[in-house]
Formats: sequence, C-alpha cells, structure tokens
Amino acid sequence: MDKNINITLKVWRQKGPREKGAFETYKLANISQGSSFLEMLDILNEQLINEGKEPVVFDHDCREGICGMCSLYINGHAHGPDTSVTTCQLHMRRFNDGDTITIEPWRSAGFPVIRDLMVDRSAYDKIMQAGGFVSVNTGGVPDANAIPIPKKDADLAMDAAACIGCGACAAACKNGSAMLFVSAKVSQLALLPQGRVEAARRAKAMVAKMDELGFGNCTNTRACEMECPKDISVSNIARLNREFISAKLKD
Amino acid sequence: MWLLNSSIGKKLIMSISGLFLILFLVFHLCMNIAAVFSEEAYNMICAFLGSNWYAVAGTLVLAAGFIVHIVYAIFLTLENRKARGNDRYAVNVRPKNVEWSSQNMFVLGLIVLGFLVLHFSQFWYKMMFAELTGHHEVELGGQMVGTTMGAEFIKYYFSQLWIVIAYLAWYTALWFHLTHGFWSALQTIGWNNTIWMNRWKVISDIFATVVCLGFAFVTIFFYLKSLCGSACC
Amino acid sequence: MTKIDSKTPQGPLAEKWTNYKAHQKLVNPANKRRLDVIVVGTGLAGASAAASLAEMGFNVLNFCIQDSPRRAHSIAAQGGINAAKNYQNDGDSVYRLFYDTIKGGDYRAREANVYRLAEVSNSIIDQCVAQGVPFAREYGGLLDNRSFGGAQVSRTFYARGQTGQQLLLGAYSALSRQIGLGKVKMYNRHEMLDVVIIDGRARGIITRNLITGKIERYSAHAVVIGTGGYSNTFFLSTNAMTSNGSAAWQCYKKGAYFANPCMCQIHPTCIPVHGEFQSKLTLMSESLRNDGRIWVPKNKKDAEAIRTGKLKPTEIKEEDRDYYLERRYPAFGNLVPRDVASRAAKERCDAGYGVGTTGLAVYLDFADAINRLGKNVVEQRYGNLFQMYEKIVDDNPYETPMMIFPALHYTMGGIWVDYELMTSIPGLFAIGEANFSDHGANRLGASALMQGLADGYFVLPYTIQNYLADQIQVPRFSTDLPEFKDAEKQINERIDRLMKIKGKRSVDTIHKELGHIMWDFVGMGRDEAGLKTAIEKLRTLKKEFWSNVRIPGKAEDLNVELEKALRLADFIELGELIAHDALDREESCGGHFRIEHQTEEGEALRHDDKFAYVSCWQYQGEDKDPVMLKEPLDYEFVVRQQRNYKN
Repeated sequence: MDKNINITLKVWRQKGPREKGAFETYKLANISQGSSFLEMLDILNEQLINEGKEPVVFDHDCREGICGMCSLYINGHAHGPDTSVTTCQLHMRRFNDGDTITIEPWRSAGFPVIRDLMVDRSAYDKIMQAGGFVSVNTGGVPDANAIPIPKKDADLAMDAAACIGCGACAAACKNGSAMLFVSAKVSQLALLPQGRVEAARRAKAMVAKMDELGFGNCTNTRACEMECPKDISVSNIARLNREFISAKLKD
Repeated sequence: MWLLNSSIGKKLIMSISGLFLILFLVFHLCMNIAAVFSEEAYNMICAFLGSNWYAVAGTLVLAAGFIVHIVYAIFLTLENRKARGNDRYAVNVRPKNVEWSSQNMFVLGLIVLGFLVLHFSQFWYKMMFAELTGHHEVELGGQMVGTTMGAEFIKYYFSQLWIVIAYLAWYTALWFHLTHGFWSALQTIGWNNTIWMNRWKVISDIFATVVCLGFAFVTIFFYLKSLCGSACC
Repeated sequence: MTKIDSKTPQGPLAEKWTNYKAHQKLVNPANKRRLDVIVVGTGLAGASAAASLAEMGFNVLNFCIQDSPRRAHSIAAQGGINAAKNYQNDGDSVYRLFYDTIKGGDYRAREANVYRLAEVSNSIIDQCVAQGVPFAREYGGLLDNRSFGGAQVSRTFYARGQTGQQLLLGAYSALSRQIGLGKVKMYNRHEMLDVVIIDGRARGIITRNLITGKIERYSAHAVVIGTGGYSNTFFLSTNAMTSNGSAAWQCYKKGAYFANPCMCQIHPTCIPVHGEFQSKLTLMSESLRNDGRIWVPKNKKDAEAIRTGKLKPTEIKEEDRDYYLERRYPAFGNLVPRDVASRAAKERCDAGYGVGTTGLAVYLDFADAINRLGKNVVEQRYGNLFQMYEKIVDDNPYETPMMIFPALHYTMGGIWVDYELMTSIPGLFAIGEANFSDHGANRLGASALMQGLADGYFVLPYTIQNYLADQIQVPRFSTDLPEFKDAEKQINERIDRLMKIKGKRSVDTIHKELGHIMWDFVGMGRDEAGLKTAIEKLRTLKKEFWSNVRIPGKAEDLNVELEKALRLADFIELGELIAHDALDREESCGGHFRIEHQTEEGEALRHDDKFAYVSCWQYQGEDKDPVMLKEPLDYEFVVRQQRNYKN
C-alpha cells in the first residue's frame, strides 16, 4: 500500500554546457508513493518557485513512456532502478522513507548538458538523417499486401522498432557507444523486404555518422540492453555487425 | 580503409586477433598437458619449436597477434574514455546481468599482460630467445640446462610456491578475460542472435573454465610432484 | 450574417476529390525550388507534410517544440489506424468508412472532407508499409486487422500497442531523409508565438528559441500549422506536457476562424486520477474494449463496500455485476463510440455505482477474455498496455480488473479550414488535430492517425499548390519588414508584462485551477447556468493570472516557467471560447453534451433544424466577445439520423 515518504534529493545543477556543475541537496516531505518520479520533481520545482529560486530543468513530455524525452540517471541507473520503464513511468513506491536519491543528467560526450538535467541528443537525429529511412517518396508505392512478410520477421522488426531514442543506451554505456540505438533502426529495416533494398548502404552510412559524432566503440558489456526502457536486445548489435561487415566486404 | 577507420572495423580486429590468441591458448594447453604424461614428448615439442625457421615465423605471427590485440585495446579504450565525456557519474551501479568482466576487460588484459612478461622472462627468453642468440645452454637455479629441455624449466619454476600462486592468479584473470572475450568476439563478427546469445555465453564459460583449469592442473601437478620429490616417481 | 464558403468542389461525392485534383493548379519543378513553406509541428500531420512537400521540391522550414521531431505527441497513440482496405472481406468499403465516420461524428462533419479522408485512407497504409512500418501480420504474411469503436468491420491496422509511435517514426524517417538532403531545414526546441500577416496573407512566423530564449523571425510563402489540439486547457488530459493551443490561438487572434471549439473528446478508458499532485492522465487504448468488458456493481451497497476497501471486485458474483454498455447498447456493446462510452461511465458514477477510492472509476475486466483465449493470447495482444497499467497503478490486471475513467483526450474543434485545408487567412493552412477536422462532434477510434497522415501525405501537398501556383512571382520576404518587427515587438511586450508581474502563484497552480473550472463546468455534462458560471470564473482567473503569476529567471534565457505561462495565458482565453461555443450550441451532439438536451434514455439529442452548422468564431479584440459565423452543413448524400448503437 502506498504511503507518504520523506526523501533527500541530490540534484545535478549546471547552468550551461561549458559551465561547471555541482550537486544541490533538497529535502522533500510527504511525497506520496503513488506519484510518479516526475510528479515528485514537479513538487520540488513548485517548492523552489515558492522560495524564489529557479526550478530544476529536465526534459519530459508525454509522461507515459513513449516519447523518449525524459532522461534522468537516478541512483546510478538510466531511468532509475525499475526495469523496462522510462523515468516518467518510474513511481515513488520504488523508494523508501528517508532515502537519498541522486539525480544526474545523461553523461556522454555525445550528449552535452544544456542545463541541469537537460541534455542535447540531436546526435541521434543526425544519425537517423544519415540513413535511418527507406528512400521512398510519398505516393506511387505498391499495395500494402503486395509483399507478404513472414510474421516472425515482422515481429522481430517491431521488437527493434520499439526504440524510443531516449539515449539511455549511450548514457549507460561505459564506452559512450550508440550501437544499440543504431542497430535497432538498421535491424528493423534490414528485416523487412522494403528496407532490405538499401540495407547495406544504410548500415554503412549510419555507422559512419555514429563514429563521426564521437560515440564510443561497443565492447559488448550489455549495459545498454539492461538499462533500455524498451528492452531492445543486443542481438540487434550482432545483426548490425553482420550487415556492416558483409556490406564492406562486398565493396 | 574501413577496418582501420570504422568502430566496427576496429572491433573486428580485436575480435579476430582475440580469437587467434584463443586458438594459440588451446595449442599451448595441449603442449603443457603433454608434459604431464611424458617429459620427453614435451622436450621434443620444445626442440621442434626451437630456433627453426617455421617456429620463429610462427612466433612472429603470434607476437603480431598479441601486439595488434594490445595496441587496439589501448586505442579503443582511449577513444571510449573520450566518448564517455569529462564528467563521470557520481553514482554508477552495474546493472543486473552485466558481467563484471565485460566492464573490466582492459584491466584484466593488463593483468594478463603483466604476467605474460614474467612468463616470457622465465621461459621464452631462456629458451627460444637464448637459442636465437646462439646459446645452447642457460643457467637455471645454479645449473646449466639445455634450451630445449622444456620439462626442466617447468619442474624448476613450478617447484616454487610464489610462482605457482602467481600463475594461478594469472589463470584467474585469464578466466575472466576469456569468459567475456570469447562470446564477445563472436558477437562482434555478427555470429549471434537471441537464441545463440545464451549458448555462446555458456560455451564461453565452459571453454574458459576448461582452458584455465587445464593450465592450473599442469602447474599444480608439477608443484605437487616437486613436493614429494623423487619418492613418488 | 456572412455565410462561410467551404470551397467544396461540385459533383458526385465520390468524384469530388478526383475532379479537384484533375483541375487544380500545380507548380512546376523549377518554381517549387523558389517557394518556401513553413510547417509548424512534427507530429503525424506536420512531419508527413514537411517530408512530402520537400520531396516535391519545395523548401521547407520545419519547427518542433521538443528536442527532436520524433517526440511529437502523435507517438502516444496506441490502438491503430483505420483504412477501407477490406482485407478481411467483411464488407468494408470507402463508402462505409465515410459513413461510419460521419455517423460517429454525429453528423457535424463536412461530407466532402470525410469522403476524401476515407478515399485516401488506403494509400496511407501502402505508404507506411513501404516506409518500413512493422504493422502486425498474420502467419500468411499479410496484414492483420482489429476492430474499433463505432464500426462493425475490422479495418484497424496496428503495430502492437504502439501504432502511433510506428507511424510517427515512419513519417520522421521520411522527414529525416529530407533534412539530410537539405530540403528541410529543421528547427528543434522552437515554439511558434505568432503568425505574421503581410497584405492579408500569412508570410511568416515568430518563434522563441527555447534554449536561448531569443525571439526569432522566419518568412515563407505559406505557413502550415500542424500543432495538435488543446485538450490541455483542462490541465489533466492524456496530452503531453507541452501540447498546447497557442499556435492555433495566435492564428485565431490574427483573424483565422476557430471552429467548433466546444467539441472536445473525452476518452472512456483512461487510468483514473489518483491525487492532487497528478500531472497528466494515461490512456489505455480503446483496443482494450475489443476483449475487455466494462462493468460496475449492480448494487450500491457493493459499490460502497468496494470504495472503502471491504470488498474486492473479484468477489462480486456475475449476477451482481452490471455490464451497462452491453445492457444499454446490445448491438455495439463495449464497442460503442467514445462519447457514448464516456457518458455512460459518468452516468453510473454519478448515480453512485462508481468504484475506486474516489468512486470515479469503472471496471474493465479481462477475466472472460483470459478464459476464452488464454492468458498468452491476451498478453500477446495487450501485454505492453497491461505492463503500463501495472507500473502506474501497482495492480495486476490479469488478476483484478482494470479501473478506468474518462479523460480529455482529443479536440475535434480547431482552426477552421476549407476543403483545401486553408484557414480564413490566405496562405495559412492547418492540418491534423489543429484544424477543426473531419471528425464532426466526435472522433472514432483509430481515425486521428488516419486524418493526420491523410492531411500531411495526400491532401495538403496537393491543395497547397493551388495556392502557391499564384505565388511563383513573389520574391522571398525579408524578415526586416515592419510586419515582422511589429509582431516581434508585441511578443516582447507580452513577455515583459508577464515577467514584471512577479506575483505569488506558480503557473501550474493557476493551470490546475483552470482545469478544475473546465472539468466541472465545461466537461462531460454542460448546462447553461454552469457555462455562464464558467465564463465568469474564467474572466476572474484571467485577471488573477495577469496580476499574480510568478515567473522566476530571465526572459532571454532557457525559462520553462515562462514557456508554460505563455501557453497558459492562451489556454485561459481558449477555455472561455470553448464555454461560449458550448453555450451557443443548444443541442447535444457527440462530445458536446448539454444536459438540457437529451432523450428520455439519456442519449444525446441533436437539433438538426437549428444547429446543423460549423460554428466559426472570429476574434474581435482583447476582452471583447467574439462573433460567431456559420458554415452550414448541408448534407447532400447522407440522411441524418438519431445515432443508434442499440440494435
């Protein structure tokens, strides 16, 4: 049964990308365990505003775990201690009375801090722009049922496509690698006949962009998979490696 | 050149060189086991692998494998540290199901390398290297021993407790390095999927255990043998 | 009173769109390169329009309020997208989809628009499959369908419980491709604050860069608004935190008509409110009603016992349960349209049969489905939704029934557009949920995705050319023109005013108060007295806001509270317009339910003789009552009937 708890927060505050940040400590009383983690932060901000201070800046939008905007590193875990959830789906019932909760932004060279807990993830967009698509224009496409796709392939593609681009993979990776994100998109499209046509080109272009943007090299620690709120599997990384290596060998 | 420029290419070099070193380990283990059964056989192998041109060539290739693996490990680790950014997490917890070894491969590699230097100074330097520099006998514990008499070397070193303990520590580090390295190499080549993931991990564990226990067995065998002296034999 | 012309083409219903396309003006490829189009928003409508226009050769400037176009709130749609493919051979057709949509909208939508929507629905599915959207498939490799509320056929295509996400990512990938090719210039973390009108035509926008706080000017030959709906007027809704009505509201203030603002959809299956601190509500997909059965206890005593925790729902015997939707609507049962299901839930709770600690919840029970299909099948179909529910409520829906309650979800009303999706300001277009749409007074499930993508992929890219064809001689506009300077000045003054208030209340507390007023007086059941009270209260709240809001920080900086304040200022005014429209529409239709106008059985009672029109509100100036113009809805092809989901 949910009760009310008192907690201490250690929150990373940083004015801008080039400024030095530091932890600030805040105390919150009577937080209902039924509230979500972000609602708890709303309460903190309300308190700060009432005290005439600047509220903590953090990214969030849909608050139902699908938009991928929220991005907090809570007590040493991307998206907090619960599994298979985003920060916005994390609830305070995961914490106990008297707990100290440390909240940090994603830390990765690929995701510079904008302010406090808000980071810049436009690198992921750039990787998508390099090749995360099927090159078809609107109109003039065949009927949707013209090419049957084995259910197994469609399901696997859907598993990979569930990625929400939140950046937890790179944030949790000790190498700052974006391989899980890239492999999810490459896998989704490589598994479907529509995307198969330019699969080789896509794998090469997306990996090249990922490397160019300074993401690290995957060493298969699987931390990405374990911290991924959508349970994207590292078998996608194996597939990306396969796609990439065979594409390069064919060149 | 994509092998040298791309992240996956660089990883592939780590993977292939790692697998090559794994093969060598298997070969080395077989050789050691031979010593348990017959010291003469072992000495024959040592002679065979002495300063012959094929053995030297093999050694050079092997050395190249090591160097590539080590150089790339350093290179990739530096790159990865840079990619991690300047600010570190104040609190960082290893997620459940992430192997400790997977996050500490470089450190484990360093330990393995450190012992390798010891091992080289004890065996290779006094055997193949000595031979190449024109010596046919080296000093070992006050006695002169032929450079191809491998079994004598084994018996000499593994009769000393601190060396035995050091070697056992080495095998432990190697075990950790192998449990991750083996399946990771296959993952990097792309030979993996959700079903094989668990299989490869089990195979990795079994393989690493067999190899490391094998080496440990030989080491302990000769230590015990030295304890009971000639009485046992 | 001026009658408003929708510019609907003449001719038989089924030929209107074909004829329009055959005779409309086009822009040749060389000229397309010389024309710029601003698209605000990157949801299904915005992203698909931006991508399609860029593919055709136009230069597109695309604006997005989030950090990436992939995060637009279309992503949260769960259930599916409708199309008249008739793959299931169950009697579907373009006409039937059209008819269901018109009927579902309680005969308050424009016939020609809806028919066009049904017509292009099939192309959407083709397009998405070609983009690599992983729709659910059967073992034979062909696409699977499910059924949704308000239809007797299975025409809904889906990708697990994440259809909106997959469709948006499809559109986002097409958009990404165009950004990569340099045809779309993308502006992330920018919020549109005003539209700039030059000589009566929309020629640009003013934005605020949300990172630097800088006010920026952008010009183009045409402006397209795809900024979604205004459900967040009610504070608690299923919309995302940044979803807002400000872009549409600024268009309204610059002269675009705002159509049918009172038509707000209240979705029946949301997770109930759990406390004062709640920031938003979470939707449980309508698809759950395929297999879930909705009920409350038959006896008030049992309901009370449940509310106080003395009784568990599983302890209530089958004969003591009231499956009220199945009882009242035998033909459609649990799959009645959303407005009907929501009102029925409210009726039961008002009568004292509600469950949950607050009494504001009903059960959605899967016990029968699990018995019939097995837990595995249920898990396959709804696994992710069940998991989502369990994470929020901490209750296992496989064992105890889910609790649900209606919540604000979608707004059928929006900026008025003609058949070409152009607003009453030439050169200003509105697409997706931002326009007053094809859904009339109520939207059917799985139709929002359909409309967003129809507008963006297949309608606007054609119709906008009819406008732009006349613009090829018009050179690019400088953003130093006085109109831009004026607009920027006004925004700066507004921001200054807000920053100087330095009052006592945070933006959120005032927004919550707005939400309470809206939900209590302009919510599911409205009446004259309540609406008048609401207008009074909203005016007081507006004064309170402009004299007592507290915004910390600086204006020329990243300032989340300022962003929220700017949106809230518009929400308060929008709330008043919603109330005005609801007051004016003295009938019940779809999502708009006036307590005074209901049948003896409590169903919505329309008055077609008096209210068969689109109410188009025209802004008259600060603190002046708006004026309403009417676009008559003359039905040529469908006979209006009392909606009947009973038999």
